Amino acid sequence: MEGNLNALTTVFTEFYYFVTIVMMFLIHVGFCMYEVGASRRKNHMHTLLKNVMLIPLVTITFFLFGWWIYWAFPNAFPGMGGIDFEGAAAYTPWSESMATNLSDHITGVFWAAFLLFSWTAASIVSGSVIERIRSSALWVHAVLIGSVFWIIDAAWGWHYAGWMVQKLGYHDAYASGVIHAIAGGYALGVIMVLGPRLGKFAADGTPRDIPPHNPWMLAIGLFLIYTGFWGFYAACNVPIIAPEVIGGELTGATWTATNIYLAPTTLSAITFNFLMSLSGGLMAAYIVSKGDVFWTLSGGLAGVIAASAGNDLYHPIQAMFVGAVNVVIVYKLHYWIEKRFKLDDAVGAVAVHGYSGIVGLIIAGFLLWGQPSSPFEGYATINPIGQIIGAAIMFGLLGFLPGFLISKLQASLGVLRIPAEVELQGLDFHNNEIYESAIAQVCVAEKELLKKL
Amino acid sequence: MSTNGMTSWAVDLADVGAVYPFQGWEVVMTVLCVVFWLYWHVRQMRDETRELEEAVKTATNENMAKGIDRY
Repeated sequence: MEGNLNALTTVFTEFYYFVTIVMMFLIHVGFCMYEVGASRRKNHMHTLLKNVMLIPLVTITFFLFGWWIYWAFPNAFPGMGGIDFEGAAAYTPWSESMATNLSDHITGVFWAAFLLFSWTAASIVSGSVIERIRSSALWVHAVLIGSVFWIIDAAWGWHYAGWMVQKLGYHDAYASGVIHAIAGGYALGVIMVLGPRLGKFAADGTPRDIPPHNPWMLAIGLFLIYTGFWGFYAACNVPIIAPEVIGGELTGATWTATNIYLAPTTLSAITFNFLMSLSGGLMAAYIVSKGDVFWTLSGGLAGVIAASAGNDLYHPIQAMFVGAVNVVIVYKLHYWIEKRFKLDDAVGAVAVHGYSGIVGLIIAGFLLWGQPSSPFEGYATINPIGQIIGAAIMFGLLGFLPGFLISKLQASLGVLRIPAEVELQGLDFHNNEIYESAIAQVCVAEKELLKKL
Repeated sequence: MSTNGMTSWAVDLADVGAVYPFQGWEVVMTVLCVVFWLYWHVRQMRDETRELEEAVKTATNENMAKGIDRY
């Protein structure tokens, strides 16, 4: 009986993650629709392919080394213990666990859940640089943030044994920092070097709006991102686990769902808080943006992102206010920074993901102050200083800095930005010419046939 | 000090209920939520009125005809 119960739990967990992965695929569909909707007609195909091709590139690199980093790097920081080669041995690409294996139902789906987070991190960067970055340059960034930098931050701050959790009391249950702050910071580093789209700023430095060619695609893309985000929330949990399996301080025999730190939570709690923070973000964004559709929908996302750090523990009304307050801050910050530093973040990704991630982490430090960050003994409790340092590590050290330095290197090699002539003509110019020519030829041929009927 | 009264997970989950911060302040939070919700309606209505007044000023015969043609 006990054996069957364990088997049932394992298969349930396997199926649970499988479903979240399918739901999370919608995030990428949403990002693609959003980016194409935001781009101009002359750049559609390149914009789409830029985002599509990061899927295979991040996937194979995450198989080769990304997943190994997660298990090897929780304490790979000076003075914290170093790389855990032994603990990560099962996650090398030549391990039997990383393959078709009837005695391991979990590694594949757990790997894939994290992989989908990797796509998201890369895709956030992709949106901010549309219409002027070379695809080859973006794909290098995608591999680096998707299979290296974000997964290092996940090992440090989103792993039950990560040093940031142990020493700083870092708490980021649904990834305000570990996905969004890092990706926003990385995007900021890239666009600082990349420069704005031609025509974005007037001669006197005044920013011009470059409207999306299709607001409907943009809106549907954001709705799909919301939907996939829901799956992401579920994927951040361990669905069911017995206290003795956790091996921490929990007593009694009550099985529970946990967050990524193996601290108890419920799907019910995060459902409350997801929807309330979405609502707070939408309502505040509508007011602050004066009913702008793009910002209202993005504000809903920003609301969830900010509350995500503590959405396993907040009261729903707290989650709503975190979402609302955050949106007012990041909206104003976006336009101030755009004007002050002449930065062109084509989809507002730095604000919606990066600044929201920082704000969310810091607010969580205050609202959850003193609460346990982990079920394991000896870990620091959640506190504002730990969260602020955590935000600096996510946004600055692992996000902005590598994005900036690698872009500098690419720029010095002349492989970062497309030529100005191509930017004005449009990346899809030749494809569009072929398309128009094909249509013209078919029309002529059909009209000839019509004459003969 | 802990905002939800818990400083460790050394507990039997069968004995644990609410874990959100600032328990005991639910009524105050509810009042704040209601204020936010009602404020939103008032503010939105005021902004919309201003927007419509501006729109009326630009609604010339030419613009209205253009709008009809745009469908």
